[in-house]
Parts: sequence; C-alpha cells; structure tokens
Amino acid sequence: MNQSTHDIELWLSTMADQLGKIISKEPLMIGILTGGVWIAERLHKKLQLKDPLGQLNIAFYRDDFSHIGLHPRVTPSSLPFSVENREIILVDDVLHTGRTIRAALNEIFDYGRPARIILAALIERSGRELPFSADVIGKRMSLKANEHVKLSGPEPLALEIKTAE
Amino acid sequence: MRTVIKHGRIVDPANKLDKVADLFIEKGRIVGIGKGPVGFTPEQVIEARNRIVCPGLVDLSARLREPGQEYKATIASETAAAASGGITSICCMPDTSPVIDTSAVTELIHQRARLANKAKVYCLGALTSGLEGKTLASMHALKLAGCVGVSNAYADIENTAVLRRALEYAATCNLVVHMFCEDGGLRNDGVIHEGMMSVRMGLPGIPETAETIAVSRVLLLIEQTATKLHFCRISSARSLDMIAQAKQQGLPVTADVAISHLYLTEIDLAEFNSLCHVRPPLRTTRDRDELRKALATGILDAICSDHQPHDEDAKAAPFGLTEPGASTLDVLLSLSLQLVQDKVLDLQTALAVLTIKPAKIAGIDAGHLAQGAAADVCIIDPELAWVAEKETLASAGKNCPFTGWEMTGKVTHTLLDGNIVFGNTS
Amino acid sequence: MTDSNIQLDKHGRLKHFLTIEGLDRSLLQDILNYAESFSGVGERAVKKVPLLRGKTIANLFFEPSTRTRTTFELAAKRLSADVLSLNIAYSATKKGESLLDTLRTLEAMHCDMFVVRHADSGAAHFIASHVAPGISVINGGDGRHAHPTQAMLDMFTIRRHKGDFAPLRVAIVGDILHSRVARSEIHALSILGVNEIRVIGPRTLVPKDIQTLGVHVYHDLDAGLHDADVIIVLRLQHERMCSALLPGEAEYFNLYGLTEKRLCLAKPDAIVMHPGPINRGVEIDSQVADGKRSVILQQVSHGIAVRMAVMAMTMGNLSNLDPETIDAHSH
Repeated sequence: MNQSTHDIELWLSTMADQLGKIISKEPLMIGILTGGVWIAERLHKKLQLKDPLGQLNIAFYRDDFSHIGLHPRVTPSSLPFSVENREIILVDDVLHTGRTIRAALNEIFDYGRPARIILAALIERSGRELPFSADVIGKRMSLKANEHVKLSGPEPLALEIKTAE
Repeated sequence: MRTVIKHGRIVDPANKLDKVADLFIEKGRIVGIGKGPVGFTPEQVIEARNRIVCPGLVDLSARLREPGQEYKATIASETAAAASGGITSICCMPDTSPVIDTSAVTELIHQRARLANKAKVYCLGALTSGLEGKTLASMHALKLAGCVGVSNAYADIENTAVLRRALEYAATCNLVVHMFCEDGGLRNDGVIHEGMMSVRMGLPGIPETAETIAVSRVLLLIEQTATKLHFCRISSARSLDMIAQAKQQGLPVTADVAISHLYLTEIDLAEFNSLCHVRPPLRTTRDRDELRKALATGILDAICSDHQPHDEDAKAAPFGLTEPGASTLDVLLSLSLQLVQDKVLDLQTALAVLTIKPAKIAGIDAGHLAQGAAADVCIIDPELAWVAEKETLASAGKNCPFTGWEMTGKVTHTLLDGNIVFGNTS
Repeated sequence: MTDSNIQLDKHGRLKHFLTIEGLDRSLLQDILNYAESFSGVGERAVKKVPLLRGKTIANLFFEPSTRTRTTFELAAKRLSADVLSLNIAYSATKKGESLLDTLRTLEAMHCDMFVVRHADSGAAHFIASHVAPGISVINGGDGRHAHPTQAMLDMFTIRRHKGDFAPLRVAIVGDILHSRVARSEIHALSILGVNEIRVIGPRTLVPKDIQTLGVHVYHDLDAGLHDADVIIVLRLQHERMCSALLPGEAEYFNLYGLTEKRLCLAKPDAIVMHPGPINRGVEIDSQVADGKRSVILQQVSHGIAVRMAVMAMTMGNLSNLDPETIDAHSH
C-alpha cells in the first residue's frame, strides 16, 4: 500500500499545528538522518524557525554495533548551534522499536544539556521495545512484525509498506 | 644378506643404463645386473615392478645440526629423513658449533653417522680457522680425518689476499673448495633479493651483484691458483654466464643449485612467508628459468637439497628476524622428478645431477650402480601421488616451503651397503 | 601478489588494517567518509562517541613514538574504549620474550585490538596471522613496509583541500628507500586514482624498482616539482649520513630542500605536507613549513579522526553476519 504525497502533506500540517501548540519561544529542530531530516526540513519551514536545522547521524550511538558493525551510509552529524539549555524538537520519520530515539538522545546529550526535548514522528507504528512515545504524531499505524514502513524522498516524499520474507 | 631387486627399471646415468632388469646384491655390494652370479640364491627379494631403481642420491649440502644445534635436529633424525628420501650420501657444511676445523669434530660427526647407520656423511672442513676469514684452517689434517672438501660456509672472506692464499693452500692439499659467493658489503643487512619485492615489502635487499661480484672475484683468482672450485647454491642467471665462460676456458669449476631455487622466486615471499627466507635469496622468475636451463645444458652440475632444519621459533617472527634456510630433504627427489614431468630435464639428466655428478664433485665412490660398487640403492614409485604435510615430514625441521604441494613420485626403499634403511620388504 | 587477503574477512570487509596495498578504492573512500564524521567529535562538549565502549585496545609500541602513540590513544578514548599502552623494548635474542609470547600474554588479558608499531617490516602482518580470531590488528608502522593510517590521514588532508583526486599531480620528496610512509602513500594515491605520482630524491635513496609501483622517478627536484598540486616532504633521518647514503645535511638541503623559491615551480595553489616531525633547514625550510601553503599542522589533527574511523570499521566488522542478510536498520 503506497501513501500518496497528499496524505503525507496532510500529516505534516497536522504535526506543524500540534507542535505550534506545545513549543515555547525559539525551539531548535534536529532531524534524524535520513528520513527524519526530510520531514524536519518541511516542518522547519512551516514553523518558520529562526535557527538553522540540525541533523543527527546516530550511527555511532546505535546499540547493535557488535552485531552488524558500522552502517555503510555516513553523512556526518551537524548541529550548527549550542544545545545548552535549549528546547529541541527531535524529528524522525518512523517511530518503531524506540532504539533510534535512545541513540539520538544519547548523542544530543554528548553535545550539551538541553532544557527540553519534544519528539515528533511522521509515523508511529506498533512494535515498541523501549519505553518511548512521540509527543507529536502524523499518523498511527498498526503493523505486523514482518511488515516495515519505509519513507522515500526527498522529492517527492512517499511511503511504502514492505513485507519481509 | 643376499638380496635381489626384481623387475625394476634400472636407471644409472653413470653407466648410461636404462633398462628393466634385476639387481643382485651380496655382502653390501652390487654383484650383478640382469644376471646374478652363478649359484646366487637370494635371502631377500624386493619386488620392484613398475618402479625405478637408481643409485642412492648424493646430496652436496644438508645441515645435520650436530654438534651444537641439537635443538633443531640431529644426525640421527636427519640421516633417517635422508634415507626416506632416497639419499644415501650427504656432505655437511663446516658451520657447526664448534666449527669443523679440527679432526676431532670431523671424527665426532663420522661416529654419530655410523651409529645412526642411515646414510653416509662426509664432512666439508673449514677453509679458514673458525670460518673467520683470517687464518688458514689445518686443511691437510682435515683431509686425513676424512673431509672431502673445504668451505667457508656462509662466512664471507673479506680480505682477497687471504682468499687467494686459502685457495692456493687448498690446491696444495688437493682439496675441492666449496665456495658460497656473497660479497659481505653488498649483502649488508639484506634479507631478500633486491628488486621489485624488496621495494614493495620494505625489506632490505641483497643485490644480484653481491653474488656476481663474488663469483668473478673467485674465478679470476683460480685462474692463477688452479684450485678445484665448486660454486655452492648459484642463484642468478648472470653468474651462470660467468661460470659457463670459465668452463669453456677449461677452469676446474663446477656448480650446484638448491632445489628451492628451481621452483620458488621472490614472488613467493608475498605474504612475508618466512619459510621462503633462504640464503642465497630467491630471485626473479628469469633467474629461476635460467637455472633450470643450466641444468639441462650442463652449466650447473648438481642439484642439492641445501637442507637446513629449524626449530619453530626460528621462523616464528617478523621476516627480518627469522633465520634463513628451508627443510628440503623430504622433497628433493619428488621435486626433481617433477622437473622431468614438466619436461625441464630428461630422467637421465635429472638423476645424473643427483647421483654421479655430485659424487664426482665430492670425490666419493658413490652415485652409480656398477659391478662391485657399494649397494647404495634407491627404489622409487614414480606414480605415487602424495602431499607434503608439515606433520608427516621425516625431518625434525618442519620449515618446508613446499608443504601443501602435491607431489608425484616417492621412495619405496632405500638400501645402504645392501641393508634396507628405509621401507619394508615386499 | 598482495598480502591484503589477511586483512579482509570472507565478505571483503576490513578486519585488520595492515597495509593500503590490495584494498579497493571504495574501501579507502569509506575510511575517509567515516573520518569526516568523526572529525567533529573533538569539538563537542563530550569528546566521545560510545561506539567501542567496553572494548580494550592495546597499543604495542616496539619502536618509541610519542606522536603516533598519543594520537592512537586519543582516537581509542574518543571511541570510549579502554586503552593499554605498552612500550616494549623487544630483544631479538633468546633472552627476551618472543613476540609470540608477548602476544599470548596480552590475549590472556582479553584485549580486543592491537595497534602495533615495530621496527621490522612484516611485523603487523605476523601478529595478525597469529592473533586469536575476533581480535583486530592495526599497523602503526612496520619497518620500512607500511604506515597505512598515516597515508589515510594524508589522503584525508588532500581531499579536504583539493576535493577530487583525479587531476592531481603529487610529488613525494626524500628518503623513499627507508620510508614506510612513502610506500603506503604511493599505494593510496594510486588506488584513489590521482593523475600522476612522482618520487624525488637522490639515487641512493630512491630504489630503481620503485617504478614497478607505478610512479615516475625524478632525481632533480626542480623538474619533479613542476606543476605539482601536492608536495609531500619526507623526514631525512640522521643515520643516512652515517651509512654512506648521503654526504651531509647541507648538501641534501641544497639539492632537495623545499624552499619558497622552489615552491614557485609548483602550482600556485599547491599544498605542502610532511608526516612529521620536521627537520627545519634539512628537508624543508621554516618559511615553507610555517607558510600559508603548508597544511602540516592540520595533518596532525586529522590523524585522530582517521584512526577513529579505522578502529571503528575493523572492530565493527568482527561480527560474522553476512552484510547481505542485514535488513533496513530498525527504528
């Protein structure tokens, strides 16, 4: 089942609205590479945030390094601001097990001590393995264990649900 | 014991023999080929159908490590290994510890070899005292003790005047000088051939000129001294040119090549394989090919094993810290037969350079199967395929660079003075 | 003809880092890309990533070195690993503990990685071939053979300044014969596909067979510098004067010393590199070493990121999983 761009646009607007209600004055936004950055770029524009967008490559904070080694794709993390005492909107495309979020939080805290972190996820799907939940969600999905949702982009954005063998 | 070896293909290059016939042995000597003496009744019959029956091999250089390095190998272990490889006569270099520069050490080695009774061992005595290249060794005394030649082993004689005197004195004693040619200065701290691989691997190199300059130095000297000179372990094509020319001139020179150098080249060092750390170093493919040709044309007179058994530690270190030398007694014959299969040499030539020719260089009555000769015989199954494995090498030295190689041809029996020293009666 | 196969696991991934020779371009580019990611770590509040947390890395330095050892230590620590630094005076005689025995003792302490620097060519290779499975070996310099991490940090520096390798003419000046850095750099430049590699030095220090590595040999510095984009100057060791390879430092400087005047023969935007430590007034004069075309100090800081990359890659490849069976990383 492929989601049309139209639906994704709808979800993004919902997210922007929800975020608008809970953020305080000048939050930072950090997208998790790669899908999270595509989503964050759009949200960053919609919310007209002043500070540049940060992007996080959590490759070095993953918990599965001893099993699968380094991820082949490596764009460096780039946080062109100080996180110290700031409110941060952390953006990812899919919230599934929660391990990516754990890695992202660990990485952000190695840059400094934020005041608050708000999690925004385009898709929140079933299968949580760690106690994380998103503050702002575009769409909830209930999927089987062998189903995976994948975002492609950056233009156009499209969702695909794959079933693994 | 009266023995007959039946139905074997007798190949004896010394007598230009190659025919299927029976071989008759009595009281340790050959008493008949084809037809036995009248009334000969054998007490032992060895069936040699489809086998080659040839003289026991004569190896111009194998280190037996006694006295002084018994932790590597012993005369007992290595002569037994030699027997399993069809080798019945061995010359050993004087670089033992103590050096073979006294009759006492010579006698010790002879005794141990007789005790082991697996192969005949002939000593090469020291050319200079302690192999130090300064004063002459007592060559005549060494000759009386039984040395068949003299050598300075790997030790370079820096002072040409000393070398000249040593050559003159050896000629006076009518001793063959076995010369390993390597200029010490050019060798420097080199461990492999100076060329493509030494650059790639960052290992200090020994240039070809280390050998060629030393060879030419010796050749020019013996033009004056008329010494009988045997070049040990030639490794480069350029040296072969000079030796060929010297032979044409009529100089009394001979030369041998180590079996390793007929197969391996600098490229085999690629993985820092310390089993290929040998002296002289393995050189280029072209050198190897020329060495092979030189055996066919007669510029090279003999193949020797240049057997150097080592303990594990000697080879278990970064390359430059390992000791040079390969264990080759086990594979000498099979690798030589491979040259015949690869049509590098014909069978007569291959066996000649392993039997009669080295025997003549050593000045010993061996390497042939004539009537009345000592019954040092080797029986080979030329079709037997086997793989050289580290664990099953007969030598105490497991440092063989040919482990894992598939070989064709193996000794089934070796007789020393008519006694079976390897193999079972059929 | 290479010894690279011992470096790669059966899937072609790096498990030891011993020499550049035999590695392919995409692997070298991966190292450079990871190094980019790691280069920011030193500027953060917490100068660490947790990648190698719980792992123990032993630096086995059989040859003394402050600079290389400290950068390896820092790299390991920034990956959150525990570090053991051992300076071992290795004796080749029977009196000293053999290299293998040292290795076994350390393995008994459950080290996960060895960084080895040794005076003998092939030492890292020797250790890698004897080490227990599951342990990585990184070559910190072996004899004259290889110094692969130095070559990679030099490539990282070149890429940062020049971008594309393809059009570059790179000149390496100095004692090529004794230089493990030069050998590794030649392999790296060749694999990364530069336009031309030149080696420049006197005949006594440039072995003629070096051409088999695909380089052009110059004995005249001026000719060799002409239109060069990158100039790598090698350190001249004092011992060379003592072993009849060179008459003296003054003569060497006159013939091969890199001065501002000579630098004008290269491209106007050419960069000058040196693996360090530099001998001012011998292979390079202070004006050039401290001048605006010199990137020597940057090389040092790049060393940490590159070493982090190599350590993370080899340690990460120790799992036996087939990369084909790894599906999309779960969220």
